[in-house]
Amino acid sequence: MASSNAKPATAEHELVAASASGDFAKFTAEKEPLLTRLHHFFHRYPTAAPAIVLMMAILVFTSIVGERFLHPFNMSLIVQQVTIIGILGIAQTLIILTAGIDLSVGAIMVLTSVIMGRFGVEFGLPPVLALGLGLFAGALAGYINGLLVTLFRLPPFIVTLGTWNIFFALNLWYSGSQTIRSQAIDAAAPILHWTGQSIEMFGARLTYGSLMMLALFVIVWYALNWTAWGRHVYATGDDPAAARLAGIRTDKILRSVYIVAGFFCAVAAWALIGRIGSVSPQAGMMANLDSITAVVIGGCSLFGGRGSIFGTLIGALVVGVFRNGLALSGVDVLWQDFTVGLLIIIAVGLDQWIRKV
Amino acid sequence: MTTDTQKLVLKASGLVKRYGHVTAIDGADFELREGEILAVIGDNGAGKSSLIKALSGALVPDAGEILLDGKPINFKSPMDARKAGIETVYQNLAVSPSLNISDNLYLGRELLKPGILGKVFKMLDRKAMDEQAKAKLSELGLLTIQNIHQAVETLSGGQRQGVAVARSAAFAKHVVIMDEPTAALGVKESRRVLNLIKDVRDRGLSVVLISHNMPHVFEVADRIHIHRLGQRVAVVKPDTHSMSDAVAIMTGAMDPNDHPAGAFAA
Repeated sequence: MASSNAKPATAEHELVAASASGDFAKFTAEKEPLLTRLHHFFHRYPTAAPAIVLMMAILVFTSIVGERFLHPFNMSLIVQQVTIIGILGIAQTLIILTAGIDLSVGAIMVLTSVIMGRFGVEFGLPPVLALGLGLFAGALAGYINGLLVTLFRLPPFIVTLGTWNIFFALNLWYSGSQTIRSQAIDAAAPILHWTGQSIEMFGARLTYGSLMMLALFVIVWYALNWTAWGRHVYATGDDPAAARLAGIRTDKILRSVYIVAGFFCAVAAWALIGRIGSVSPQAGMMANLDSITAVVIGGCSLFGGRGSIFGTLIGALVVGVFRNGLALSGVDVLWQDFTVGLLIIIAVGLDQWIRKV
Repeated sequence: MTTDTQKLVLKASGLVKRYGHVTAIDGADFELREGEILAVIGDNGAGKSSLIKALSGALVPDAGEILLDGKPINFKSPMDARKAGIETVYQNLAVSPSLNISDNLYLGRELLKPGILGKVFKMLDRKAMDEQAKAKLSELGLLTIQNIHQAVETLSGGQRQGVAVARSAAFAKHVVIMDEPTAALGVKESRRVLNLIKDVRDRGLSVVLISHNMPHVFEVADRIHIHRLGQRVAVVKPDTHSMSDAVAIMTGAMDPNDHPAGAFAA
């Protein structure tokens, strides 16, 4: 121990330091170069980058395609097209904020849509009850994911990779690989089609499903930013050890997040039935990856604790705008996928840069 | 300065904690008096951290008794300890980097809006939290805060330590436990934290200070608890023992009973 013969009183080396500025924990920022300020800006407002991309994309496609692109009907069509991915994106955002990932969102959605359809149409249950059972099944599926993650300490990627296959197999078994036709749903359980009904204003056509999605974004934004639960979700994803030491029961938070996410998958199932009319066990195959795409482009960090819920809405809209705009420009579909892939890589690269403060 | 008749705030006896074949705490005793700074020193692996975790609720001991103000306590989590008025500054700081200063100060004890907004909608009272966070930080002389909404990860090591110390000092009712609060700090910043520790004591709280820095320990501590091989082997005072004595006892080079002042000089 080198210190054994040092003097206990204020040591000489400290007296020298005393003549320096006495400020400790000085929180002022000095004038910084533009790039640094941009860095801090994006760090503080992670939604800014995808928002800028969205606006630029709209401008570019308007100049290429013209009026037709900016027409309220086309704009509302994009919103309709992103409704299901948007709702699944809410679920995915919550999971990714806790530094997890959920590959099973699409499978939960399809499974619960089949449950809603079969209970409502084939078993003749009151439609509201069939819907409620479907929503409950979604929450239950999420709870199973949450239990596997918290009780057995399995990585979320592995857990949901497993349950993705399990839920999808259950869906095929339970549905008998049969599609429930739209007319049958209309006759027995019209409430399942409610999300497909629309209201028109100023030439735009918005479905109740889309409005529901927007309402859910606002509700989850409130929960994440204005309740203690939301702060704890961020803290859990940011640094679970620190969160635990601060007195947060991180396992409880994780389970609640998986339950809520499963529930939202079931809500997405309701929107899915409204959008495609029938209940198909084959629908939404790629939905899990699309939801991750929306979250990542929306500026949410895959490392957890960083990102905003409206970023995901913007991320979903960016994908929708690019696909719609490229289609209207007459570009081959394969270039839509190409562009989306490019956007993902740019978004993750940007996140890596932003995280280095 | 403390006297022997002073009230014991925190007392532990016969604490045991085993991890498989490893015994981290081996029948350790611990006594903290009201309004004192008690330093806990010991070599790496002596079981200081385990002892501190047992006192702060982060670890449940296998055996032994802990008394707070003479009443037995049984902490299951750091939350229990916090409710009982024991705050801890952990070595790894336990702050959430991406949350802001105000959020971090109130993490796990958020204030809700009064009335229906708080009760039904569980709405956070951000204004009250921000204002109180500012008041608490300046009360402790920690700033010059320009922006309480700054993410903690944008702060320097010293500033983060300031936030962590402020959090525990601001909310503690009885005891503040600080695990290596100056370890990551520069000379100036260490000085501020040491002064802060004395301030906290002067406000009537009891402080447990874990540190490897002997000059710091001998400067601020009223008494020094020396831990070795999972047990308390001596309690000394800076005026009875020299730093070399303390280090010798801590490393096993000296039998504490061989010292003229005895193993429990304080």
